[in-house]
Amino acid sequence: MAKGNGKTRRSGKQSFWGWRRENGRVGVRNHVVILPLDDLSNAACEAVANNIKGTLAIPHAYGRLQFGEDLDLHFRTLIGTGSNPNVAAVVVIGIEDGWTKRVVDGIKKTGKPVTGFGIEGTGDLMTVAKASRVAKDYLQWASELQREECGVEDLWVSTKCGESDTTTGLASCPTVGNMYDKLIPKGIYGVFGETSEITGGEHLAKARAIDAKVGAKWMKTWQAYEDEVIQAHKTDDLSESQPTKGNIAGGLTTIEEKALGNLEKIGRKCRYIDVLAPAETPAKGPGLYYMDTSSAAAECVTLMAAGGYAVHTFPTGQGNVIGNPILPVIKISGNPRTVRTMSEHIDLDVSGILRREQTISQAGDALIDMIMRTANGRLTAAESLGHREFVLTKLYRSA
Amino acid sequence: MAAPQLLVHDKKDTVGVVTVEGLKAGTNMLCVITANNSSFRLKSKMDVPIGHKIALVDIKNGDTVWKYGQDIGKAVADIKKGEHVHVHNLKTKRW
Repeated sequence: MAKGNGKTRRSGKQSFWGWRRENGRVGVRNHVVILPLDDLSNAACEAVANNIKGTLAIPHAYGRLQFGEDLDLHFRTLIGTGSNPNVAAVVVIGIEDGWTKRVVDGIKKTGKPVTGFGIEGTGDLMTVAKASRVAKDYLQWASELQREECGVEDLWVSTKCGESDTTTGLASCPTVGNMYDKLIPKGIYGVFGETSEITGGEHLAKARAIDAKVGAKWMKTWQAYEDEVIQAHKTDDLSESQPTKGNIAGGLTTIEEKALGNLEKIGRKCRYIDVLAPAETPAKGPGLYYMDTSSAAAECVTLMAAGGYAVHTFPTGQGNVIGNPILPVIKISGNPRTVRTMSEHIDLDVSGILRREQTISQAGDALIDMIMRTANGRLTAAESLGHREFVLTKLYRSA
Repeated sequence: MAAPQLLVHDKKDTVGVVTVEGLKAGTNMLCVITANNSSFRLKSKMDVPIGHKIALVDIKNGDTVWKYGQDIGKAVADIKKGEHVHVHNLKTKRW
């Protein structure tokens, strides 16, 4: 059997073992998620997950009195999270039935099992009892689903870096870029984002669009973030925010320098084929996409998971510890001090690049191997350590 | 090749990155330009932490500083070749 370590199939193609879902997408994890519609329903969801061992509650802070584009994003993120192929089945609990049903109906389009419960008129205890019975049925059903052999083209791999320093631009980001240069031509879906963090490299990012129309769409997205978020709210030169205090400790001085390192993640050859709204699912087929996101790690990774990505590659310099409840986050570092002092957080050490012992291409191959191992079931450092940061992006204050 | 102490992205760059821990003032650093794998020597004028930048040339107050072959901001003080370059003498041109 060709199981393990990204070995090849008899046909000679790279393959991994995943769960093919009802809609054809392939997951590399098999979670049964207990998803709160809103902050008020976290307690019930956590009680269900406590009753039914092996299910996963994903508490979060929002979902009440949101409106307009902000509410649309809330629904898109929750529906996308439940729809992600790393999720086998979902129980949704909300304070009332109407919006709960909206999330259930959205997830139902994938064909996977999903049931919703409203708390009003029932109370937490009865809701938890009813939801626990459904969660138990789902968990036992999911536990018998079998992995099947899938081609590398069934992988959706996202990227976002964090606690960057100058070593990320030299080593871990180009490693991700090399991986994309090798796997995008094989038919995978990729995505990068972090809109504000491309400031200083926007001319380079625009030039990497597949055509002028997509490039113009990217520029419009960047300009909107600059005008409506950064310039509208800044009180100083963003010292200690962008770059962060950690970035500065690691030697990064300006946003321009940080942007150029960040863009190393898209390699040399691949071009992005569309610009996605936050948490939007790609619809133009295989290839690299851009997603409009904040540069805060948990917000960005949460949005990419909601977009449907199944494995995440995360270069870090100073040692960001982020994980995600449903998306395995692979940490890559080229900083020898971080690899030594925070070894439990690092999945792939590429510090050999700084010593000129390892080429970018060799590091890219090592990352592809780690992606395949992770897809085959290897738990990432973040999964092992229990990192499940799920952070919804909020566009403005609630009504 | 021995492990370098300083890596430079592009031949146009005016700064390089320290890639070893505990770099001391006066070190005759082996510097490698990653774009073309060429190397040169440069003496560090200060103790500089890993990941931090060192000026490859004399940079005047107001000069653009180059890394990745790109503009990464402007010097806000005169910087001598071999000195530490960071928030005390380099600023963004953006926000």
